[in-house]
Amino acid sequence: MSAELRPKIIGARVRRVEDPRLLTGGGAFADDLGTPGALHVAFRRSDHPHARIVGIDCAAARAMPGIRAIFTGEDLDGLVKPILATSRMRNYHPTPIPVLARGKVRYVGEPVVAILGESRYLAEDALEAMEIAYEPLGDVVDPEQAALPGAPLLHEAAGSNILVSREFSRGDVDLVMAEAFVRVGGRFRFHRKTPVAMENRTYVAEYDRGRNFLTLTSSTQVPGIVRDALVALLDMPGHSVRVVAQDVGGGFGGKTSLYPEEVLVCALARKLKTNVRWTSDRLEDLISTSQAFDEIIDAELALARDGTILALAADVTGDVGAYSIYPWTAGIEPVQVVSFLPGPYRIDTYRGRVRAVATSKPPMGPYRGVGRPVSTFVIERLIDMAARRLAIDPVALRRHNFVSGDDFPYKVVTGLVWDHSSFREGLDEACRAIGYDALRSEQRRAREAGRWFGIGIASYAELTGIGSRISAAPGMPINTGTETASIRIDSTGTVTASFGITSTGQGLETTLSQVVAQTLGVRIEDVRIIQGDSSAVAHSTGSYASRSTVLAGGAATLAARAVREKVLRAAAHILEAPLEDLDAADGAIFVVGTDRSITFRDLARAVYSEMGRLPKDTREELEATKVYDPYFGTTSSATHIVTLDIDPETYKIRLHRYLVGEDCGRVVNPLIVEGQVHGGVAQGIGAALHEEVVFDASGQILTASLADYTIPAAGDIPPIEVVHIEAEAPSTIGGYRGMGEGGTIGAPAAIANAISDALAPLGIEITELPVTPERLFQLVRQAQAKAAKEQGSS
Amino acid sequence: MRYTLHVNGQDRSVDLDGDTPLLWVLRDALELKGTKFGCGAGLCGACTVHLDGHAVRSCQTPVSDVGKSAVTTIEGIGETAIGARLQKAWLDVDVVQCGYCQAGQIMSAAELLAQGHVPSDEAITAAMNGNICRCATYTRIRQAIKRAASPSFASAAARK
Ligand code: FES
Ligand code: FES
Repeated sequence: MSAELRPKIIGARVRRVEDPRLLTGGGAFADDLGTPGALHVAFRRSDHPHARIVGIDCAAARAMPGIRAIFTGEDLDGLVKPILATSRMRNYHPTPIPVLARGKVRYVGEPVVAILGESRYLAEDALEAMEIAYEPLGDVVDPEQAALPGAPLLHEAAGSNILVSREFSRGDVDLVMAEAFVRVGGRFRFHRKTPVAMENRTYVAEYDRGRNFLTLTSSTQVPGIVRDALVALLDMPGHSVRVVAQDVGGGFGGKTSLYPEEVLVCALARKLKTNVRWTSDRLEDLISTSQAFDEIIDAELALARDGTILALAADVTGDVGAYSIYPWTAGIEPVQVVSFLPGPYRIDTYRGRVRAVATSKPPMGPYRGVGRPVSTFVIERLIDMAARRLAIDPVALRRHNFVSGDDFPYKVVTGLVWDHSSFREGLDEACRAIGYDALRSEQRRAREAGRWFGIGIASYAELTGIGSRISAAPGMPINTGTETASIRIDSTGTVTASFGITSTGQGLETTLSQVVAQTLGVRIEDVRIIQGDSSAVAHSTGSYASRSTVLAGGAATLAARAVREKVLRAAAHILEAPLEDLDAADGAIFVVGTDRSITFRDLARAVYSEMGRLPKDTREELEATKVYDPYFGTTSSATHIVTLDIDPETYKIRLHRYLVGEDCGRVVNPLIVEGQVHGGVAQGIGAALHEEVVFDASGQILTASLADYTIPAAGDIPPIEVVHIEAEAPSTIGGYRGMGEGGTIGAPAAIANAISDALAPLGIEITELPVTPERLFQLVRQAQAKAAKEQGSS
Repeated sequence: MRYTLHVNGQDRSVDLDGDTPLLWVLRDALELKGTKFGCGAGLCGACTVHLDGHAVRSCQTPVSDVGKSAVTTIEGIGETAIGARLQKAWLDVDVVQCGYCQAGQIMSAAELLAQGHVPSDEAITAAMNGNICRCATYTRIRQAIKRAASPSFASAAARK
């Protein structure tokens, strides 16, 4: 078989290997694990936003049927340490997160008491019998108020509610601004979101008392991080702690952090020498899973008459909630906003200031896109505002300012580096695919007919597959830059490829099988992927930051290559052919240009089982373990284009067309890439139009059910067209770029631009997301009142 | 209280409170883990099963209400012609992401397909709008439903 005739597995629309089990009820999600005799935890959570705990009376609860133990924060002393997210960042105050509240509570939903019952029902029944007395402390709800000197403090030891502050600066921004031809800007607001994976967080700790061995089955995205943290917090040897994430029902970042409940079930399983489990209900998910994207951004952009960007300035206040989350810290989201704000544009003069302010709300953590949905919303709005002022087409203004051609590799003022990327090509291709010029004609006709019809564009760049040069969160003392693959051919000739990285539902088992099968020369069905198991390899973190295909795919390629070399060496002996004449594909090794071949099965038997087939000192184990570190990481980029109509009666927004032109490098499986783009865009649509976590002035959460926090349903999502642009291969192994988050990064900006475009005749610029019908109604009313007043006075 | 339920073609006896939601009877007492818990409040559809062919939210259905109705879950729906067609169409179109909501999606789609014709987009939205998918597999679910409903697919699937 010649190289051209060989089946191509990488790049093919291969059906997912996970699906047969997931479609027949055979998946293994954490809560599906049977643990006869396990104790079930129910948490009594704080109903106060900020209060001192005066007293806890457990006596009545303890006497209830089926209650086996009750723990408060004090009872955990000596069993488990508080969680602490450290960082080398300057101007950072870490905040210890107690596994159960100690002394005071800092948000509604914080776990205060753990009740262990023989069933979840019994444990929950006893919750009501607990008495907790609180003494309210001052409100710490509005982040701008909380940042003022003299504000009540959430963490006295930090000395301030400002947990992180940072500034990026180059050039004399004020001078350039003062002299610029045009300046656009304003105050932008991106309201708080929550990831809402359909599978609630679930932690099942099994304790083997004979071997002092702890197994945590978790719905986590990061089994490796959790294992390492548990070892430190519980002071156990690492070989006696195993964290497993089998099928995970979506994560989107919400399952990338270490949670108190996760640590608690482990500490208590060990203490009580039994199995302990907890599954969140939806209310608990909505009030205690990490939340996201809560920023106020004052931003301004200065341009020359020809549209050249001269300077950008921004002040960002991030509302990071009650604690600095582990391991990412309170910096992860807001710092990312200022570091990505310059976008894919050439901007030499920039000042970006950020502060992360603690408030009595659930902790902020990573959510799909991290910072960049917000930064893209702001910069892409500024570009469109400038285009309108300068009467330049928004496509042309973007093209004019993109980093392009010889600019690459381009170092952004904030230190990010864009490797060779196709920003312009991506925009052009997206415009061509959607028929941009025709859309503008359609818009003219729609306007003449009195319709509010808008076209929105958003372009962005993101850093994916980040290697060891920088941490995925600023200054974090955890290596997020490598992944490991361990590949073995056993004595029956089948392949097991083991990873610590975990699939959270993105089809990673399939992607990795494709990479391993093609690199080794076997069929997909010959490969079994073990993933999401901290004991599979020496070190791993998990699935986040659009890194899985780049890092685990790279490690898989390296390990598979090494195993293949061993396979070919053994085959050379058996087939009595020179090494360079051998090739492997489709489960067999063959001498190129002849009909001589041997299957992997027969070869494995020869190597392992048939004594004497190979000279003693040439016999090698057919296995290899390799680490991949892409060092810098690579740039992924995309342009989103959306068209929509606003109903002038109901202010409802109807999306018509949605197109994504994206460059994620070499595509391993187009089906999977499209699935990820669809999912990301839908979450971006939710962020733009529907979703908002709302608190009242005292810090009580008002969106604690799926009726109040509404995520997109079937009728809310238009068909999404995806155009792949594989312009220039990046230098990562395999040529992959990450793409799990991009959809969510582009959509809020594109939709905000389309709404502003639809309402341009009224002079409305969208600066606040989500754009609910109520907000839109107010904007239109204000604009009409202003227009009427101006007419009256002229 | 003792209840005998007719689940996926078999009689199964359970002994528990009459107000126990069918979801937990299936998951905990009968070890049928394919039906999922998402909200417990009738707001997400993850727990959808059939009672006599009608899609219901098992988290909102007390076991005492089930009576003699035939309960069908994701573990059993593949035994029906419509269920098998749907599962195949789902594979062909590569609908799934994390898969957590998909048992519920298939159960809702199965009721829709039982009407016996290729559903319109509006009918699909109406039937499926209560089944939330945070991975947003909606576009592909739509495709897969149409594919499973098309007469040519039905006969091709039957031949297999
Ligand atoms: S779990 Fe029943 S509708 Fe959500
Ligand atoms: S496939 Fe993940 S929630 Fe639907």
